[in-house]
Amino acid sequence: MSYAIEFNHLTKRFGNHTVLDDLNFNIHEGKITTILGFSGAGKSTVLKHILGIYHPTEGQVKVLGQDMEKMNEGQIREFRTNFGMVFQYAALFDSMTNFENVAFPMKEFTNYTKEEIEEKAIGLMKQVGLDEFAFHKLPSEISGGMRKRVGLARALALQPKVMLYDEPTTGLDPITTHMVDDLITSTHNHNAHLPMTSVIISHDIAATLRISDYVAFLEKGKTVVHAPVEEFRKSDHPVIKKFIELST
Amino acid sequence: MIKLLKSSIEWLGRWVMSITPALGRFTLYAISNFQWFFRPPVRKRLFFEQMVFMGNKSLFIVFLTSSFSGAVFAYQIYLGFTAFSVDSFVGPIVAIAVVKELAPVFTGLVVAGRCGAAMAAQIGSMKVTEQIDALEVMGVNSIQYLGVPRVFATVVTMPMLTGVFMLVANAGSWLVGVKLLGIDEAIYFAKLGDFMNLNMLVEGLIKAAVFGYLISIIGTYQGFAVKGGAEGVGKGTNMAVVWGMIIVLIMDFFLTAILAKVLG
Repeated sequence: MSYAIEFNHLTKRFGNHTVLDDLNFNIHEGKITTILGFSGAGKSTVLKHILGIYHPTEGQVKVLGQDMEKMNEGQIREFRTNFGMVFQYAALFDSMTNFENVAFPMKEFTNYTKEEIEEKAIGLMKQVGLDEFAFHKLPSEISGGMRKRVGLARALALQPKVMLYDEPTTGLDPITTHMVDDLITSTHNHNAHLPMTSVIISHDIAATLRISDYVAFLEKGKTVVHAPVEEFRKSDHPVIKKFIELST
Repeated sequence: MIKLLKSSIEWLGRWVMSITPALGRFTLYAISNFQWFFRPPVRKRLFFEQMVFMGNKSLFIVFLTSSFSGAVFAYQIYLGFTAFSVDSFVGPIVAIAVVKELAPVFTGLVVAGRCGAAMAAQIGSMKVTEQIDALEVMGVNSIQYLGVPRVFATVVTMPMLTGVFMLVANAGSWLVGVKLLGIDEAIYFAKLGDFMNLNMLVEGLIKAAVFGYLISIIGTYQGFAVKGGAEGVGKGTNMAVVWGMIIVLIMDFFLTAILAKVLG
């Protein structure tokens, strides 16, 4: 089994405050891994290390076998085209239509013709189940669930090897939450040939148990458990038991 | 007394300590913006969009401000000068004041109020809604994408708007001086020719470009520096306008002194 992301004794401190403390686990290539934990456990900090936005105080993060600390700024920017990111509130460019949002990464980073971009953008929007009437609307004119779909289509535009989801179901109603979960699974399976690795930052235990292959549970910057989802479900670790109990 | 002195020094120290990191961040941003200007890709479409936003949509306000400024200035000068029978100097006095000072400063204040605020609000709201993070995660440099076109467009557009201000203000002055107050038209233009020279125009346009740079670099920086939510955007917008206007007025003095030496 090869790893898409490796955390080797990763420690991150902000001043005297240790946010990540000797984090040491690997994320399996081609699988869906959810990083779970209470608020303030360091989940978003982990995400920012994967993206190379934060630099480790100690230790190392390897993504697709590369250590971004050894890259210059230009190389990091180029390397980031391997990532697709779905933000908590989609983070769509509000001055662009949904179509333009999806086409944007292709315009920036590929040599596709205008027609090719149009064809691929429409294909992606259809793949994520976006209604045709929404293609040329502004993000402000569609619902939260629809925006998530556009965000996902945009993230898929460059066929990323690593898909990152930052709290994808926070603030959504149960039906839309299920829709987003299904979308994550279907997107992952649809791109299994790449192979695509999906990393979800979440505190939604139900969604985690439903869609994840692996779960890493963080508490106070440490990994409490990193295990396949079935093993995680049966964990008798008091913190995880409490988390599951409180969440359900 | 000693206690008051001590607390004053402490207050000054705290103020310096608080402003220094912000000044450092601003300087780093200005350097970064300058560096990214020379790096590909060249974003012509964004630059022209910003030019349209700054120029086209500011034109009416500049037109309105300049016509009435020129008119009222001419009227006031006429009231003062006519007592000494030197009302024929109304034209050149207004023209010199407008071209060297009023046009770049007033246009700067209009642009700071309208465009500086808009820049901070647009970029700030993109920051709080993670749109800037989205750009960065995609590998697009947000300073190059959002900051550079705005700064470059303002530097190019400000002299154009200032040129419009100069023309319209002088037209306002002519209208009031010649058509309303009866100054002889031939004398009005003859005096203009006697006192005006090209260096005055150059001085005004250089000032406009420098003000454009300062207003836009402050406006975009305040946008990128926004923290928190809507309140942060409001604060950033406010700071962009306040600092934009203050810096125009302060720099006007220094530029006048420098350009007087350079251009004579």
